[in-house]
This record gives sequence, C-alpha cells and structure tokens, in this order.
Amino acid sequence: MKKFKKGMSLVLVAAMIMLVGCSSSTNTNTSDNSSSNESAEAGTSEAGETSASNGSVFKIGAIGPSTGGAAVYGLAVQNGADLAIKEINAAGGINGTLIEYNFQDDECDNEKSINAYNTLKDWGMQMLVGSTTSGCCIAVAAESANDNLFQITPSGSSVDCINSNDNVYQVCFTDPNQGVGAAQYIGEHAVAQKVAVIYDSSDVYSSGIYEKFVQEAANQPFEIVSAEAFTADNKTDFSVQLQKAKDTGAELVFLPIYYTEASLILTQAAAMDYAPKFFGCDGLDGILNVENFDTALAEGVMLLTPFAADAEDDATKAFVSAYEAAYGDTPNQFAADAYDAVYILKAAIEKSGATPEESVSDLCEKLKGAMAEITVDGLTGEAMSWDADGAVNKAPKAMEIVNGNYSLIQ
Amino acid sequence: MSFISYLINGISLGSVYAIIALGYTMVYGIAKMLNFAHGDVIMVGGFTVFFAVSMQGLPTAVGILLSVVLCTLLGITIEYIAYRPLRQAASSLAVLITAIGVSYFLQNMALLIFGANTKAFTSVVTLPAIKLAEGQIIISGETIVTIISCIIIMTGLTLFINKTKAGQAMLAVSEDKGAAQLMGINVNGTISLTFAIGSALAAIAGMLLCSAYPSLTPYTGSMPGIKAFVAAVFGGIGSIPGALIGGVILGIIEILSKAYISSQLADAIVFMVLIIVLLVKPTGILGKKIQEKV
Amino acid sequence: MKKMKINKKTKDNIITYGIVLVAYIVMELLINTGHISSLMQGLLVPLCVYVILAVSLNLTVGILGELSLGHAGFMCVGAFTGAFFSKCTQNAIPADLLRFILAIIIGAIAAGIVGFLIGMPVLRLRGDYLAIVTLAFGEIIKNIINVLYVGKDSDGFHFSLKDSLSLGLKEDGEVIINGAQGITGTPKDSTFTIGIILIVLTLIIVLNLIHSRDGRAIMSIRDNLIAAESIGINITKYKLMAFSVSAALAGMAGVLYAHNLNSLMATPKNFGYNMSIMILVFVVLGGIGNIRGSIISAVILTLLPELLRGLSNYRMLIYSVILIVMMLFNWSPKLINLREKYSFKRLFKKTREVQ
Repeated sequence: MKKFKKGMSLVLVAAMIMLVGCSSSTNTNTSDNSSSNESAEAGTSEAGETSASNGSVFKIGAIGPSTGGAAVYGLAVQNGADLAIKEINAAGGINGTLIEYNFQDDECDNEKSINAYNTLKDWGMQMLVGSTTSGCCIAVAAESANDNLFQITPSGSSVDCINSNDNVYQVCFTDPNQGVGAAQYIGEHAVAQKVAVIYDSSDVYSSGIYEKFVQEAANQPFEIVSAEAFTADNKTDFSVQLQKAKDTGAELVFLPIYYTEASLILTQAAAMDYAPKFFGCDGLDGILNVENFDTALAEGVMLLTPFAADAEDDATKAFVSAYEAAYGDTPNQFAADAYDAVYILKAAIEKSGATPEESVSDLCEKLKGAMAEITVDGLTGEAMSWDADGAVNKAPKAMEIVNGNYSLIQ
Repeated sequence: MSFISYLINGISLGSVYAIIALGYTMVYGIAKMLNFAHGDVIMVGGFTVFFAVSMQGLPTAVGILLSVVLCTLLGITIEYIAYRPLRQAASSLAVLITAIGVSYFLQNMALLIFGANTKAFTSVVTLPAIKLAEGQIIISGETIVTIISCIIIMTGLTLFINKTKAGQAMLAVSEDKGAAQLMGINVNGTISLTFAIGSALAAIAGMLLCSAYPSLTPYTGSMPGIKAFVAAVFGGIGSIPGALIGGVILGIIEILSKAYISSQLADAIVFMVLIIVLLVKPTGILGKKIQEKV
Repeated sequence: MKKMKINKKTKDNIITYGIVLVAYIVMELLINTGHISSLMQGLLVPLCVYVILAVSLNLTVGILGELSLGHAGFMCVGAFTGAFFSKCTQNAIPADLLRFILAIIIGAIAAGIVGFLIGMPVLRLRGDYLAIVTLAFGEIIKNIINVLYVGKDSDGFHFSLKDSLSLGLKEDGEVIINGAQGITGTPKDSTFTIGIILIVLTLIIVLNLIHSRDGRAIMSIRDNLIAAESIGINITKYKLMAFSVSAALAGMAGVLYAHNLNSLMATPKNFGYNMSIMILVFVVLGGIGNIRGSIISAVILTLLPELLRGLSNYRMLIYSVILIVMMLFNWSPKLINLREKYSFKRLFKKTREVQ
C-alpha cells in the first residue's frame, strides 16, 4: 500500500511536470493573448496536415461530445467542421491563409467543456466553433467572453448561450424561436385542433422549446390536451405518454426532442395502432438516417428544420456525398450547422480583412463588426444574417416526410 | 380499460428488466460480486445480432447463436483478466471498481467500432401481437416471448443449480470458497462457468431488450443494466425467482407512476418505492435473511 | 510505545497537510510566473472539488465502512442551495467573499441536513443494500432538481414542480432555478486559494474526527458491529455522525463546483450515479480508509483524461484500460507480493518490522 502511494506520487509529479512542460512550450504568453506566430510551430506538429506558405494560419477550434451518450452530435460537428476546413484549405484558404483545426471532446459535461476550451486556448485557438450542446455552450461562453474570443456555436440553441455575451453567435435557431414558430405554424395552417406534447424534461433543448410552445399555444386556435415528459434515465418506454395522447384524442403529437428517442416513439405508436400526425423541430432531422430504421414509420411526419440531407439543391447534394465519402455516415443537422459555421467564419474574415497576426481580442472585434454586415447562404438557410445579440435570422423550412424522403411544404 | 392497458405495458417493460436481472442475480449469487459491466455485455450481444443479421444478412438463428457464443467467451475473458486476480483482494470493493473499468472499456470499444449513430434493431421475434377488446389492449409478440424466456431460464437455472454436479459445485463455492476447494471443487472453473452462463443470458437479454425497444447505441445497456440491478435487489439479490418478481414489479410501478402520478417524477417514485420496500424488508422480497455471526 | 504511535500518526498527518501546501505553493508560483497552461489553470478548482469529495466519501466508505453510491446527490444539494443563495443575494450582499463564505456554509448545512435525514432510516441496512438505497436517493435528488422551478418576484418566492409558467410570476419576476436548465449566471467566486483552504478544512475535520474518541467509536463499528454494540457504543449516533459530516463536506464541494461554472445543471454526468461511482473509484484506488491516497488518486484520475487528449478518439478507451491496470496493480494479492519481493526497500535492506 505504502509503496504504491509513493509510486503514485511519482506518477503525479511526472504528470504535473508534463502539463507544465507542455504549457511552457506551446503557450508562454497566455497572459497577453497569444498571437499565432509563436505557438504555430507547436500546433502544426499536432494538426499535421496543413503547412502555411507564409508561416501564419488561422487556428479554429471546435468542441463537442465525441464520447458518451451525446457522442452522435459531437462527432457530427467534428466531421462537419473538418470537411468545410479541408475544402477551404484545398481551395487556397481564406484570403490565401490556411486554416488549422483542432477538435476537443467535452463528454457533454459543462466542466469538461471548459477543460476542452482551455486546451484549445493553449493550442493557440483564435476562433471557436462550439460548444455543441446548450449547457456546455453557456459555460464556455462565459469563459470566451472573458477572453473576448470569437465564438460561433453550431447547435447551442439556448438563449443563454448568446445573451449577455456579445462575442457569441449562433448558426441554429434559438429554442424560444422554434417553440413559437412551431405553435404558430400549427395554428396558422390549422394542422390540428387537439395537440399532445411529449418532451424530455431533463434536457435543456427540449424543455426550452416545450415551454415556449405552451406559452404561444394560448394565442393559437388549438388546444394542448396532454403534455407528458420523459427523462434521460427513462427513455426507452413511451407507452404511457402515447396512451395518454391517444386517450385524450390528440390528432397531432408535438415532439420537441432528438430523433434517437423519436424513432422509438414512432415504432411504439405503430405497435399500438395509434397514427396521429407527428410534428417536430430541428432535432428530429436525421430520423430517416437511423441505420436500419423502417422509414415507412416516419411517413407523414412534419418538421420545421433548416436542413434536410435529402434536399435536392446542389450545395446539399455535394455536401452529403463528400461527407459520406469522407466519414462513411450520412450527415445530420449538426454536421450541416458546423459546416456552415466554418463558412460563416470565412465570410466574416473576408469581410473584415482580418489577418492571423492580430491578437485574439482584436480579431474578435473585427469579426463582430463584420457579422452585423454579412449575409451567408448556407446549407441550413439562405441569406442568413445576425442581430446584435448574435441570434440568426433565417427562415425555417417546413418539411414533410413523403415516400421516405423529406419534401418541402409550400 | 386504460388501467389494464397500463398494467400490460408495465408487465412488458418489467419482463425486460427481469431477463436482465436474472443474469445479474446469477453472477451475484455465486461469485458475490456486483458485475457493473453486465449491462454492457448486453449491449455487445445486441450489436452482435445487429451486425450478423442486419449488416451481413445471416439468418436470425445464426445471429442469435453467434451472439450467445461471443458473449460467453467475452464473459470468461473478462472474468479471467479483470476479476480473477482480485478475488483474494483485501476489499470486495476492488473488483467492483474494475467492473466499472470494464464497462467503460466495452462502451468505448463499441463506440469506436460501430460509431455513435443510433441503429434501429430489427426484432428477432416474429410472433404477431395479440389484440383484445377491439384493439384496446395489445400484447406484443416481444412481451410474450420475453416472459416465456424468463420462465424457461428461471426453471432451467433452478434445475441446473439443484440437480447437476456443476450446479451443486456453484452452490458450494457461493457458500464457502475455501471449504469448496478442500472438497475437491475447482473454484476457478466454477466461477468461470458462472460468468459464462451469466454472459450467455446477457446475450439473450440484449437481443430481447433490443427487440422490444429497437434502438441500439453503445450506451444502450447501461441504464437498463442499472434498472435491472435495482430489480434484482428488489426481489432479493441472489434469488433467481426474486429477479423475475422484482423485474415485473419494478416495470409495473414505473408505468403506473408515469400514468397516474407524474411522468416527470417517475424515476424518483420508482426509487422511493424501492427504498420503502428495503426499509420494511431489508433483504428484498425473496431475499434470505443474513445471519450475523458473533 | 503509546507515545511512538501518536508520533507516527502526527507525522503521517503532517505529511498529508504538507503535500497539499507544497502543491499549493508550487502551483501559485507557477501561476504568478506564467509557467502554467490555461488547461491546468482551469483544472485547479475542479481538482480541489474532487479531492474534497474523495476525502469526504472516504469517511463513509473507509472509516465507517459503509458503501455509499449517492455521494453526488449530496454534492448536488450543496451546489444548488449554494448557487441559489448567491443568485438571490447577488445585489443584497455586494462583498463577493462574504457572500461566497455564507453560500459555502449554507450549502454544507443543507447537504448535512439531507444526509442526516436520509441516514436516519437507511443506515440500518448493510452492504449492497445500503449501496443501492443511497444510489436511489442520489437519483431521486437529481430527478427532483430537474423538475424544480423556483422564481422570485416582488411577492417573494414561487415554487413549482411542473414548469416555469405555473410559477405565476409577475412582470418583474425572475426564474432562478429553471428546471432542467438549472441555474444560469452564478457568480464565479471559486478560486484555487479558497479551494485549498476548503481542502485543508476538510482534512482538519476528517483527520481530527478519525483520531478522536468519536472516530475510534466509528471505526469500532466498522471492524465489528456486534462487539461495538456490546460495549455500549451508540451505533446509530456514530453512524449518523460520520454519514452527515461526509454529506456536509460533499455539499461544500458542491458549492465550490457551482461557483466555478456559469451554468449549473443536474445532468446524469455531473450529479448522477456515474459521478458517485467515480468518487468511489477515487477512494478505492487510493486505498480504502487512506486519506492521503484519496487525495492523490483524485488528482491523478482527474488529470488523466486531460493528459490523454492527444489520443483524440481513443482517449476514453485508453483511460479505461489504465483504470483496470491500476486497480490490478494496486489490489491484486499476487502483484502485491511480487512488488514486495522486488521493492526498493528490500533492495536497500531497510526492512522495517513494525507496521
């Protein structure tokens, strides 16, 4: 026992020295907001694939869960951003400057997300694409606001991500925006009179949309007849929630949740011969790509989403085929958001004429100025523009699943 | 009418818990260790069937057989590498922690091999659902198969332990390892056999879990694993019929509390009931009373 | 003979305090000279949190000898009460340090009370049954926090277990605990210095308890319950004492945790059974009942995943392998024998007979 402790202490000391040692080589100048020049050499060895012609590169970091229960979203962001950066580098970079990319895992934990952020800072990150999930994004935004580092989150949809931090921008819609939008769409198009809601009460995204949906529903000509929750620990059996919806005669079930659980809900509803209209938000996108999923079950599902992997426009087609070739997986909305986030960064850099030699803070100020002016056409929306808070203005598309494909509702 | 329907839903959820709990309780009863990795062996079983049947197009029966064989080998390997060296350790907690390490290992291995995307599992059950009262009450084929499997496994295990030589050896080992060794029983072999059977049961449980709730990710096994552990304790851990009863009761409580009290607080209510049961009957419903030696 | 023993204990304690203080001085020096990475700087407060948690759980597992799998639940109670207090009094008490100290005290007391209330009925269970009941309580706490909505307006506080709309807040109202979205905007009051002070405080409480009359009573319960009872030791009292002190310390760690992050949510990751098990891993790896071991293993296991970041997607896989290997190395009787055979001590012929 004793000896082991001594051994452990040695390991510990070695670990400390390693950490400190690493830091002194990569980042001797955290205090004065490191410019990329000094730290570039340390970073290139890691990122490897890029070598800048003039010795300076833009360093873009990304954060998301690549392990743990939310890994599917983080891995999509990792790959989506990676694809965009490879494309940009292959085309000669931004204004002739190449990009270096580094993704860090946060396991969907607020504290780990800050560790990931600090790791990226040590690497010399100048702009951040992240975090992927709302909770982590709120925690990281507080840090990046402190450093005045430009942050664009592909999918952190809570308003708390952008409120009170003017350096943070969103690619996705905010939760209230989606909840209100869904209620208005159902009301205006008279999709149904009686509506049931099934939501995840332990999830920030889901409970955020649910709340605003209920609030807005009071002004709309439909009635919420049942609102049932599930939790992260209890998400395999939905028979009770569906039974309640069925018993109250709901014609439409609103699902402000992710597609993983939604695929189970659809299967279980079919097993109990209950066939209402299902209506979802952007989290539902990806349901047709669940491997081996019987897409007939999703027939007629309506969703308000900015992106659909089956869309027919050229940009989406090119993105989907490139993504499938590179990562062997069909991209979901998170991948598209991250892909767009990188191109939005590119547009903002080009607009502001920023160069990698500037300090993180100066770069952030320039990009903030540019964000108010640019409009970007991306996979997840046409003519996206940003307000002073950092929220995106774009039109949601209402989709319906017909014959196993998404089709736009006119 | 809706009450009966909830009750049936509860039984079908409970039967899934029960079949997982059987494996848990079997290993606990003999080897006296909480195998936290059991839930992840279930996940491996589910992925094997998915890989064989849905990806390679093999017949279902071959997929099931493959999954049982693979999980059995996996169980023996895990026991040999991670648990056996710690059997004589100073504290029984040591092996609990390695079990957690094994659980992380299996999850991350599956994540690397199969990716994080959800897979929809094709049910291995072809039995049609029974519909009663003009379609108001539906009993799915999966539920019927799961309950029947539970009963078969329960009877089989009880017979095996009480009637065969290997089963008697298991009882002896669980009673007193040292004495069993003196009587000429191969303790290591017997415990390996226990893990082999436990893991084979996990493969079957994984297949039925994924058939009933057809979504498969590297983390599929962890939450049902914990719930089944609760069910096993509920019924009296180590008791084979207790696992079945505990599982079914847990499922019914979960569904009824969701239906009649609050869907948000269902987890809290289930655990509250568990605590009350344990306070009234400290060793679970069918648990043996532990004699304290002075 | 007796004197020697006390000396040995004192020496042991001094080493433990010494390690903490030396670590503090070294880290402070590195921070002030700028030779420290942002990652390491960001990790300092979490390290303090996990050290306190490990030491406090060791009181239950190692000294009292009862397996608890609900330690994260107490941390959760402390975190939420502390953060709630800070949010409410952010304007009323402008002095950051004073407010934070009050928050720590309140968080610790709240967790201690919850520990006491839970301990009263459940501590008569033993072994795995106690473990499952504490796990259940941890999950109940997490589940309730996840659906708890608390708002404040000019009429005072409003509570709801449904959603924030049913709070019925007035125009000027503010939702403080917003269900799954938790508490956002907790002031960032936690610093490394305060963390170290809290570690030292924890060590003083735990080590003094162990070496006091009460502590010996607690250990006698661990070693032989029936014998302890037969010589007139009040089992319930001492069990409850150890359990609620341990819970209060976990609550204190929770307050430190909450004030290090801008957004506090009760997820399965941070306050679920996964975290409780992780704290148990710290305790078992460091040696059950060995306080210094808990500190060291908490630090190693918290740093390890961060050090492995270079392995990208293989990170957690390697981490699990290292965990298994460390457990085998530390606990396997065969390896312990082997280590003793080839240990440095033996090589230098400094065999000590008395242990």
